[in-house]
Amino acid sequence: MTMQWGRVAPRDGVRRLLAMTVVAFALYGCKGAGTQEAPPAAPPEEAVVTTPGPSTDVQRYEDEFGNPLNPTTGMPLERVFYFEYDRAVLTPESLVALEAHAAHLRGSPEKRVMVEGHCDERGTREYNLALGERRGDAARTFLVSSGVSRSQIEVVSYGEERPVDPGHSESAWAQNRRAELIYR
Amino acid sequence: MKSPLAGALALCVLVCLGVPAEAQIAIQIDRGRDDAKKIAVVPFGRGVNVPSSDEIAGIVSFDLARSGQFAPIARENMLSLPTRGQEVFFRDWKILGSEYLVIGSAQMMPSGNVEVTYELFDVLAERVMARERYTAPPSGIRDIAHLISDSIYEKITGIRGAFSTKLLYVLARNLGTKNVEFRLEMADADGARARTLVESKEPILSASWSPSGKHAVYVSFERGKPAIFMQEIASGTRTMLTDFPGLNSAPAFSPDGRRLVLVLSKDGNPEIYLMDVATRALTRMTRHHAIDTEPSFTPDGQSLVFTSDRGGKPQIYRMNIANGLTERLTFEGDYNARARMLPDGKHLVFVHRQNGVFHIALQDLTRDRVLVLTETALDESPSVAPNGTMLIYATQDRGRGILAAVSIDGSVKYRLPSSAGDVREPAWSPYLNTAAGTVSGSSR
Repeated sequence: MTMQWGRVAPRDGVRRLLAMTVVAFALYGCKGAGTQEAPPAAPPEEAVVTTPGPSTDVQRYEDEFGNPLNPTTGMPLERVFYFEYDRAVLTPESLVALEAHAAHLRGSPEKRVMVEGHCDERGTREYNLALGERRGDAARTFLVSSGVSRSQIEVVSYGEERPVDPGHSESAWAQNRRAELIYR
Repeated sequence: MKSPLAGALALCVLVCLGVPAEAQIAIQIDRGRDDAKKIAVVPFGRGVNVPSSDEIAGIVSFDLARSGQFAPIARENMLSLPTRGQEVFFRDWKILGSEYLVIGSAQMMPSGNVEVTYELFDVLAERVMARERYTAPPSGIRDIAHLISDSIYEKITGIRGAFSTKLLYVLARNLGTKNVEFRLEMADADGARARTLVESKEPILSASWSPSGKHAVYVSFERGKPAIFMQEIASGTRTMLTDFPGLNSAPAFSPDGRRLVLVLSKDGNPEIYLMDVATRALTRMTRHHAIDTEPSFTPDGQSLVFTSDRGGKPQIYRMNIANGLTERLTFEGDYNARARMLPDGKHLVFVHRQNGVFHIALQDLTRDRVLVLTETALDESPSVAPNGTMLIYATQDRGRGILAAVSIDGSVKYRLPSSAGDVREPAWSPYLNTAAGTVSGSSR
């Protein structure tokens, strides 16, 4: 099984770059030598906790929107997971990315996350509401099986009602078949 | 092929009525029957002070043309313009090949109401088929025109007319990035008099009518998740019916209006429930780990038809409400969903995927024959007119969401695009008593 991060949604690119820039600047301070196109290769000056556990300093693991960061790289965790047409099965890559979310949620039992399920426009609206819920449920089931308390997770399906791409092409549809983790 | 005269007249009607700014749905007739009956609807005489904004003959002509079964004679071809029986020369109409003739007039009454009389003639037999009189306030002239259409249609075809019906639909207006405005709207079946019932920044879907036509039920995301609402149309009064965790969706009334069938996933996955409207008591109908959704009542009220993927892919099933016995109805194709039964209880219309394309199909349940009715793609939400002759559905045209109508035999087609945005989720009303409330008709 290949271990790969989930595919990056284009609109996350800017936010990711910003987060990396902020982290790089914070870590290197006035040295100003931090690279902006790759995660820092050297360990940061503060000590890094390598095993997940209850965190006394939650800010280190979240950006300003409340989205969890990878403790090692400082990059925001991927929050959007894609599905094949008519399917509600998470890819192996998605499961790897979700495990990082599970770790974050286990470590912060007071944190809540909403999982939104979505479909592309094909098919009937109400069946797609149900299919979207199935996709959200798939993510929830995995998180719970990884030790996250069910009470921390809420699933809401939008069916085909909230596409990220309103187009009518295969690529638009692929972008819309998704589950999104939303941290408040 | 559609009669060019019908098309030309339809276009003339739209232009003559000025395509009012607020009538956002403008019907385009694509196809009528080859054997459409020629009918001449002569401009009605108009007495002093009768408002000219709603032109009765034009409305009647458009109604009849839209059914696909009539080809109205173009006004410019008429050799005479009688408004009373004694002015009729049947020769003028035989020359044009017209089988039927409609004449009439509208007069103001001292009460302030408008009185409309009309006569329907069989041209070949040279005899009167009907003579009726209607009264209404001036705001009800359109309603009178539709009642006249209903009457003419029924007298000639033997089928009750559905021209006095209305449509519910959802309008989605894209106002900018991630900024969509959703509106539940109601309009006449010819697209006129559109008005907004609910407006929201969050999605609205699954609108349907109560059997009395007084209420609409629908799903709204205004609380951040899908919830079922019921709204009294005249007053706008809203009630939230269900707001359980998970799905609250797909509401539909029973034929007697006492119950709703709906879908909740609060017990773990989408299941079908009945709700008593008065007591709000719920009865669970399905117990299966598959998706069970899109339920509707059969016309006799005894069974539900619904979509289930318990066989692996969405198919249509029917369940007897009393004993729970469930049988699968659709066996052609790998995706059949959102079924509605015709008033005759013997035919089903539903969304049917064929070669990856979503069409509306008709299945004869007594003979297990499936007929694809539409040539459009990405079709959804079929809703049947109360007389069972036409259905309306949602589809796409050049990237825009539009409504479209097709006759049950597929021979008549028209489209209802909106200039205001994407339209979807249509629901055809039941037969309605007149919207104006005080229209009365009599034959003599």
